[in-house]
Amino acid sequence: MLLLTCPYCGVEADETELSPGGEAHLKRFGPGASDEDFEAYLFLRDNPKGVHLERWRHANGCGKWFLAARCTSTLEVFGTYPAQTTRPPEDVLEAIRAKRPGWEMPA
Amino acid sequence: MRRYSAFAIAREAARHHQGWERAWRSPEPRKKYDAIIVGAGGHGLATAYYLGKNHGLKNVAVIEKGWLGGGNTGRNTTIIRSNYLQDPSAAIYEKARSLYETMSQDLNYNVMFSPRGVIMLAQTHHEVRGYQRTAHANQHQGVSTRFISPEEVKKLVPIINLDGPRYPVLGGLWQARGGTARHDAVAWGYARACSDMGMDIIQKCEVTGVRSSNGQVMGVETTKGPIDCDKLGIVVAGHSGVLADMAGFRLPIESVALQALVSEPIKPCMDVVVMANTVHGYMSQSDKGEMVIGGGADGYNNYTQRGSFHHIEETVRALIETFPMISRLKMLRQWGGIVDMTGDRSPIISKTPLGNCFVNCGWGTGGFKAIPGSGWAMAELMAKGESPLAAEFTMNRFKAGRFIDESVAAGVAH
Repeated sequence: MLLLTCPYCGVEADETELSPGGEAHLKRFGPGASDEDFEAYLFLRDNPKGVHLERWRHANGCGKWFLAARCTSTLEVFGTYPAQTTRPPEDVLEAIRAKRPGWEMPA
Repeated sequence: MRRYSAFAIAREAARHHQGWERAWRSPEPRKKYDAIIVGAGGHGLATAYYLGKNHGLKNVAVIEKGWLGGGNTGRNTTIIRSNYLQDPSAAIYEKARSLYETMSQDLNYNVMFSPRGVIMLAQTHHEVRGYQRTAHANQHQGVSTRFISPEEVKKLVPIINLDGPRYPVLGGLWQARGGTARHDAVAWGYARACSDMGMDIIQKCEVTGVRSSNGQVMGVETTKGPIDCDKLGIVVAGHSGVLADMAGFRLPIESVALQALVSEPIKPCMDVVVMANTVHGYMSQSDKGEMVIGGGADGYNNYTQRGSFHHIEETVRALIETFPMISRLKMLRQWGGIVDMTGDRSPIISKTPLGNCFVNCGWGTGGFKAIPGSGWAMAELMAKGESPLAAEFTMNRFKAGRFIDESVAAGVAH
């Protein structure tokens, strides 16, 4: 059972309380963007075997969207953080690098 | 290759079964092949088989990081059907279903294809309308299906409870020629036939990189050293994203866990396959008597081949209402496989941005039934550069907006 701590209400929620929302930090392009940009935003995913930055909603709790750093091959959770950001906070990045040396944030 | 036959059994019985030969060779990789297929699951082996059989391309290696058929080919619920809504889907799944009918004779390997019939239960009014529409579409596509009444469902499945308070049975989409097959035998049969054509099936050999030059694929790096090839086929289901990353492109795919479970064996009680898509539960009875149950896919990215327990709980809870007699069955085993989900829930059989590199993936939760059709189309694509069956399943369809929208057609994973 996957446990994630909601960064808003502080509840350590198990996955029946949460809704997964796929890859985080997707880059959304504005008017005039190319078809390639739009395709990348809507469909193309890194789908890594390893560290995955992803969106979750505390659906059966406070209802808010947050982000999590998790390993898809061990289900280890490195940390959760609020959604209003374009990259993980330093403490989460450090937690990832401590366990996965050489990991780099995907472009 | 010595053919399997009743005579062969008699011959071997007379000499204490000392004469059976290994079904396939386990060679070391050569330096170069005309074509390399990554992934020795059903789809990869079928691709290699039809490359040799239909296109005369026999200098082929199939590379597998684990053991042959040990991924999703050995982890599914073995259901075969072709009652899809969209034309391209119906075409390729019906091709696959028809190839299953003759597969045992074609491969000289008993894949135990059992065309026992498949019912998809309509348990909401939305599903009734949806399946009636599918039945009409199937008539145009040459796929034999029929919408049947609850009474007909009851006649086919006496153990069913039509009047569940939450999920009443309002009818069903019946495909009499659907059924099941022995999943391992499909992989083993193709492997034996490929090996017999001189192809090399290289197990316990992981691809660690894809080599290219001037936008053309040159070969692969593996744990058994580099291997050159003219053409590369990536047929690795859940790990497609990992291989695509090596080859330098991205796919519209996310990998999630899908679970199944089997009960203790019981006496024969259900001789058709029943799918209940509203509640994400599929059930059939194996030849051993186990009730084979498939559930819904998890929602989050996962490569662990383990799923979340609450999905099993939800599936079983709903199935017990529809099949009250299974409520006291003990479950023997549960397992998970990593399925590759596309945005429109249809597969990708396509050229890639890397020259002479082809990809066959995205079968999601319904790959087993497609194995022969998928291999047929992928082999044609790799040999000729185009395949009518695969024409609509390009990876560029997402950019073009030409979805093959089966997620709407079925309402759920399938």
